[in-house]
Amino acid sequence: IDYTGTEPSSPCNKCLNVSWDSTPPCTCTINFTLEHSFESNVFMYYGLSNFYQNHRRYVKSRDDSQLNGDNSSLLNPSKECEPYRTNEDKPIAPCGAIANSMFNDTLELYRIDNDTRIPITLIKKGIAWWTDKNVKFRNPTGDGNNLTALFQGTTKPVNWPKPVYMLDSEPDNNGFINEDFIVWMRTAALPTFRKLYRLIERKNNLQPTLQAGKYSLDIAYNYPVHSFDGRKRMILSTISWMGGKNPFLGIAYITVGSICFFLGVVLLIIHHKYGNRNTSADIPN
Amino acid sequence: MSGAMADPIRWARYRWQRLVSTEGGEGSSSSNSSNKCYQSSKTIGKHRIVIPCLGHFKEEYEKVSKLYMNNKIRTTKYTLLNFLPRNLFEQFHRVANLYFLFLVVLNWVPVVEAFQKEITMLPLVAVLTIIAVKDGLEDYSKYKMDKQINNLLTKVYSRKEKKYIDECWKNVNVGDFIRLSRNEIIPADMVLLYSSDLDGICYVETAGLDGETNLKQRQVVRGYSEQVSEIDPEKFSSRIECESPNNDLSRFQGFVEHSNKDRVGLSKENLLLRGCTVRNTEAVVGIVVYAGHETKAMLNNSGPHYKRSKLERKVNTDILWCVLLLILMCLTGAIGHGIWLSRYSEIPFFNIPEPDGKSIPPTLAGFNMFWTMIILLQVLIPISLYVSIEIVKLGQIYLIQNDTDFYHEKTDSTIQCRALNIAEDLGQIQYIFSDKTGTLTENKMVFRRCSIAGQEYCHEENAKRLESYQELDSEDEDSTEHHCGSSTHMSKWQGHNRRAVNELLNRKSLNQLSGSYPALGREDGTGDVPHSGHVAFSSPIETDVVPDTQLLEKFSQISCHSYQQSEEASSKLSLETMYIADFFLALAICNTVVVSVPNQPRQKMRHSSLGRIPIKSLDEIRQMFQRLSVRRLSSSPLPSVKESSSESPNSFVSKLSIFRMKLASPALDGAAQRAAEPHSTDSPENSQVPQELDMLNVAAGCKHSSAVSPPIELSPLPKLCYEAESPDEAALVHAARAYKCILQSRTPDQVTVDFAGQGSLTFQLLHILPFDSVRKRMSVVVRHPVSNKVVVYTKGADSVMMDLLRTASEVGTNNSEIEQKIKKRTQKHLDDYARRGLRTLCIAKKVMSDAEYAEWLNHHFLAETSIDNREELLLESAIRLESELTLLGATGIEDRLQEGVSDTIQALRKAGIKIWMLTGDKRETAVNIAYACKLLEPDDRIFTLSEDSYSQSRDASALMMSKILEGIQKNSSAKKKPCQKLGNVSASPSSQAPEFSAGLVIDGRTLEHVLHDSLQNIFLELTEKCRAVVCCRATPLQKSVLVRLVRNKLKAMTLAVGDGANDVSMIQVADTGVGISGQEGMQAVMASDFAISQFRHLRKLLLVHGHWCYTRLTNMVLYFFYKNVAYVNLLFWYQFFCGFSGTSMTDYWILILFNLLFTSVPPIIYGVLDKDVSAEILMQLPQLYMMSQKSVAYLPSTFWITLLDAFYQSLVCFFVPYFTYYGSDIDIFSFGNPINTAALFIILFHLLIECKSVTWIHTVVIVGSILFYFVFALAFGATHNPPSNPYWIMEKHMTDPVFYLVCLLTTCIALLPRYLLRVLQGTLFPSPVLRAKHLDRLTPEEQREAIKRWKDDCIVNCRVEFQATSGSSSTATGPVSEEESIASVLPTSKTPFQACSRDGFGEDNSFSPDVQDESGIQMA
Repeated sequence: IDYTGTEPSSPCNKCLNVSWDSTPPCTCTINFTLEHSFESNVFMYYGLSNFYQNHRRYVKSRDDSQLNGDNSSLLNPSKECEPYRTNEDKPIAPCGAIANSMFNDTLELYRIDNDTRIPITLIKKGIAWWTDKNVKFRNPTGDGNNLTALFQGTTKPVNWPKPVYMLDSEPDNNGFINEDFIVWMRTAALPTFRKLYRLIERKNNLQPTLQAGKYSLDIAYNYPVHSFDGRKRMILSTISWMGGKNPFLGIAYITVGSICFFLGVVLLIIHHKYGNRNTSADIPN
Repeated sequence: MSGAMADPIRWARYRWQRLVSTEGGEGSSSSNSSNKCYQSSKTIGKHRIVIPCLGHFKEEYEKVSKLYMNNKIRTTKYTLLNFLPRNLFEQFHRVANLYFLFLVVLNWVPVVEAFQKEITMLPLVAVLTIIAVKDGLEDYSKYKMDKQINNLLTKVYSRKEKKYIDECWKNVNVGDFIRLSRNEIIPADMVLLYSSDLDGICYVETAGLDGETNLKQRQVVRGYSEQVSEIDPEKFSSRIECESPNNDLSRFQGFVEHSNKDRVGLSKENLLLRGCTVRNTEAVVGIVVYAGHETKAMLNNSGPHYKRSKLERKVNTDILWCVLLLILMCLTGAIGHGIWLSRYSEIPFFNIPEPDGKSIPPTLAGFNMFWTMIILLQVLIPISLYVSIEIVKLGQIYLIQNDTDFYHEKTDSTIQCRALNIAEDLGQIQYIFSDKTGTLTENKMVFRRCSIAGQEYCHEENAKRLESYQELDSEDEDSTEHHCGSSTHMSKWQGHNRRAVNELLNRKSLNQLSGSYPALGREDGTGDVPHSGHVAFSSPIETDVVPDTQLLEKFSQISCHSYQQSEEASSKLSLETMYIADFFLALAICNTVVVSVPNQPRQKMRHSSLGRIPIKSLDEIRQMFQRLSVRRLSSSPLPSVKESSSESPNSFVSKLSIFRMKLASPALDGAAQRAAEPHSTDSPENSQVPQELDMLNVAAGCKHSSAVSPPIELSPLPKLCYEAESPDEAALVHAARAYKCILQSRTPDQVTVDFAGQGSLTFQLLHILPFDSVRKRMSVVVRHPVSNKVVVYTKGADSVMMDLLRTASEVGTNNSEIEQKIKKRTQKHLDDYARRGLRTLCIAKKVMSDAEYAEWLNHHFLAETSIDNREELLLESAIRLESELTLLGATGIEDRLQEGVSDTIQALRKAGIKIWMLTGDKRETAVNIAYACKLLEPDDRIFTLSEDSYSQSRDASALMMSKILEGIQKNSSAKKKPCQKLGNVSASPSSQAPEFSAGLVIDGRTLEHVLHDSLQNIFLELTEKCRAVVCCRATPLQKSVLVRLVRNKLKAMTLAVGDGANDVSMIQVADTGVGISGQEGMQAVMASDFAISQFRHLRKLLLVHGHWCYTRLTNMVLYFFYKNVAYVNLLFWYQFFCGFSGTSMTDYWILILFNLLFTSVPPIIYGVLDKDVSAEILMQLPQLYMMSQKSVAYLPSTFWITLLDAFYQSLVCFFVPYFTYYGSDIDIFSFGNPINTAALFIILFHLLIECKSVTWIHTVVIVGSILFYFVFALAFGATHNPPSNPYWIMEKHMTDPVFYLVCLLTTCIALLPRYLLRVLQGTLFPSPVLRAKHLDRLTPEEQREAIKRWKDDCIVNCRVEFQATSGSSSTATGPVSEEESIASVLPTSKTPFQACSRDGFGEDNSFSPDVQDESGIQMA
């Protein structure tokens, strides 16, 4: 569901020219209908288009050791982060362009059941790779668990409304190990990409995770994409054992398989017709 | 750019290395100046003064000699300290490395940096390290060598101890006195001051220097030779002044200044060169004048040469294409980036602004991006290709050198690859220029026939004996003895004893090998080992000559009567016998053969066993002679042969005693009697047998230490060994010996000949006019001991000799008529000999009166002493002497063809190689040899361009050639038609089989005209039409000009093969020079790129190794291009999706290591080991060679097709994962991982498709590479040090089925076209190579069958086609162009099976039934 709001009719059109940290956030609501119900766990993605997260210098603009909880890097981030390394002589935590441009829309999903908006529980943990969350990303170490104290001496990224230690209320999802942050930091390969936002778990076996019907999406519109012709989307998807839904692989396999079969037959005929005459039909490999 | 420039720079580097290595000695290693500069700085002016390091000279000595080098040598380039900087310095002379360095530096520029700075250095460091290690190892082995040489011991005079003490070589200084004994190696260049030889002669063997195994004489400095006692260094008070060190081996000038200011000149005759070995001389003393690196040997030491192969040049042009491609891609990136940037009106927040907050303008960004892209896509230029090629070549050379087929037992030599980088050129040879003597032939001269006084003696027994040699193909004296001795009952022998003999032979030759090879070691200073072990011309096949019965008969008459009658010379019979006697005397005397005797211990043993007086050495005999100062001596130590003749010689004693010669010992009488007696009493045949045995035993003694006592107890004559400068001379001397005219000894002024029965005749040697190529003859002037007259014996080429003979008008005697008759008949015989391919020599003599001689001597002396145009005067003087000669006779010497020469030539011919024979011999001989080795065939039409066929003017030559050409064209035009109809005209002229067989014989003088610019083209056109060209009477210069002509004008790959110094220029000019390490020394080998021991080895070298090396290397090079393009393009495609920002979707480490580690070993293995066809098949089907000759494997189209394929594969490899992951939450490195993995599979499996033979090594390497990649990726992903971005990605992917599916699908789609292509090609349009490969799989029987069928089918097909297309004669065949179908990847011909390739030469199939015809086989 595209909610960029480029079209004037879109409810989010008003928010098109928001800046990073406009307060109060521009909010809009988009209603949509699910044709089919989602039986298994549903993954909720946000998708961005035309966003070159794979730009060479953008990709490099991070300090992995800072994110790994290295205290010295925390206060003295890597040069790669320039020009998002320091702000007003204070080191930025997390530094770099990637962190700076973190997606900060808030999406909330409601099911409209007879005009009543039933909020759907969105689980925000478990969306990042386990290894990222537990090994690659770590909060700075120090005495006490007070993140505020640990991040003392650093400043928030320029575009962020609040510092890194205030990303979430739960301590195990705050700071560098905030999963939204981790997901964002895993830079996408292609300019059109999606990133996992929330999980919707199936509650019981009797009813589908998301029934077919009307839904509404509440958006706290913070993230400006209009300047570069970007698009924002919200995607709901289930996942099979093979990962996300993409028909390409299946089609490709079928095509290639039939071509191979056809060629096999042709070659067999050729082999029978000419092979014996040559005495050398048998080709290596 | 890198490729083209690499050439001169590499060359410069090589030159520089050479300079450094020759000059870099102790203390001067830092001086990098050139040789010249260094010399002038180190020596005083142009001369050096050598002063002995002795008491009264001490001060001066130190002043002078400290500037000279000592004898320590250091051939290494590096020391431990300077290794790193110097090696790096040298390596950066390579453009490829500079390019890499440039990239590294570029990466440090922040604006354009693409990778982490350190990572870019990795490939460079890897390449540098590999090369450095290689250089280091090479240098280390040199260092060890040097150390060994430096620590050899020699005897140096020590002032302190007043005697000679052992010293290491490295401690020898200029001015030291050195005493050497026999068989010791000379440690430094020194002036000979004393020799134990009474004549002041020292014999040296220069094998270590130039490979010539014959002995050379060196003379003690004049004024010292008279001294009887050994020189006392203490008393030596002279100073030596000589020229500065230079590398001219044949020049040495200087003088000795005695304390009384007398000066004595020094020449090269006085100089003993480092590296030579003292032979046959008990002890010598010399004073060192040059030491260490200043010795001539060291100055002459040149490193391996650098040639550039054709393939390499081609690779360089293709690299240029790659550069172009790279620039194109980078430009795309730059422009794309600019456009992409300009699309945004304001800075998007994923584009990082400059620190000042502003974005750089798109154009500048685009410009920066260009450089970034160059860094990113750098692998497109396969830098590792150079390293890989070098490694592969090393591997190939290693394989060639270890091919046991190249081992030649007799010479214990195998192939030597002296040039490391042109092995693949062997696969593309189109022209072979071959020397005749020693290359095609064995250069083992065998005396075959002679004509004396117009009477021919054809030595049939000798011929028989030679045949028996050929049959047995092995040389052992005992068996030969049996064979020859019982030549009448040969058949019986051959019947049942053959096996036994062979066994014996094998065993004995083994013994012989084991016995004599230690002697080859240069360190044997003991003298225990028979020196004859390394005398070149000593195989019995040459040394044994079975005398002609008839001649022997006549000759034995001389023994009895001639000397009574010779003075009158009245009767015809005695005239003839006199001729005979003179003839053999001339054979024995007119040469420069050095006589030597094998070492004593063996002789002692032998003699004591026979109860004889031990002979110490020939020197002693000679000394004894001299002391007694008699001319004719009974050679009492000479053993007699009385055992063989049981009859008592009493009856003859009285008869013999009337000889006017001074007495002969009874023993000798016995010998003479024995020679004469059977003749008078018995049939000649009977007499011959024991004599033969006798003679053979002489030879046996010469060679063999472990001679089993023969069935009949024979007394050995002293085991004389003749060491001649040329094998002809040796052959003649051996022939003379067979007639009991034995050359006993030779000193500078005397020659002793044991003449038949009459004992030793000692001739006073008045003069030797040595052989030179202008006069083509040599003469000796002797005083005849009997008649006391001055006699001139001349021996030379018949062409010059015939003009020098006395003509009838000049001499009015009654003899003149006879002489004319003799001349006529001899000429006839000479022509006959030449027709038989024998080398002919004329022997003539002239008797001079003392007055005449004195007059001539006067003139000659004047000529010798004159300073201006001395050469001319000497020549004039020689001509004056060599005139009005009386012809004695002529000899025919056979130079036997080497084993397998004709087979080899035929095979090479079938392989589409044109063979030219360039020889200095006369036309008839050359043509005959050409016929013998099947270079020309009986039904060939031979066109002869020579001075006698028409006038010598250039115009005439032109006319002649155009006429011939016309004739050929006319002849062939009719026959060409069918071929053209079939579209069978091949592109390359070299592979074009001539339409009909024509041979061109051209002669040296005509060649001169022909090589003139105006005629070159027509000449080449003519030669292209001919299937064989024989150039006779060609000078070395002409040879090289010819080679250069063909090489430059026809743009053909040339190979020159030769064995002698006269072939050196030709070998150097040709693309590939092959030296045959044969009889004529090492010069050819030193100049060559490959040195083989036998001509027939050329067959395997070219057909098998050439083919392999070429196909392997081309395929590897193509694969490298493919690999790099395919891989780099993955990155390039990604640029379209990341705003051309230069992002790589794989981690830098994996990116860099991908080329360096994961995919580097398999292609190298492929390049070294791939065998498209097995060696046997390649040998059997020489036609397969044409494939590589036409460089089918590496046509420009092949290159582009490979690149296209690479593009396709990279597209597939990128877009299959792209579509798979499109729109998903995949991150960069997770996206890159399947791409990278799929690329790895594609690239490795592509190799597997291309690979013609998959061995376990291939499997291991490929599987290893894949495993290594995964292990590395897993391990790398598991490390969580911060910069590791692809953290855990591999692990994650390994559990993801999509990953596998993607990899599988990508690999399949990517490889499908190429696989399909190969399958179709193999099934529908198989190349000859493929079909030949198929033959490999059959069982031997099937294989034979198939090859036979192949041939038969071809013949049938050819016939059918001939009949169908034209009624022309069966001699016309079309050229082969079957290969064209392989050249084009998708053959256009829809009926490929009709293309019958016919062999251009095999028209007479019954003639060569064992060789198959062209590859156009059809198995119906």
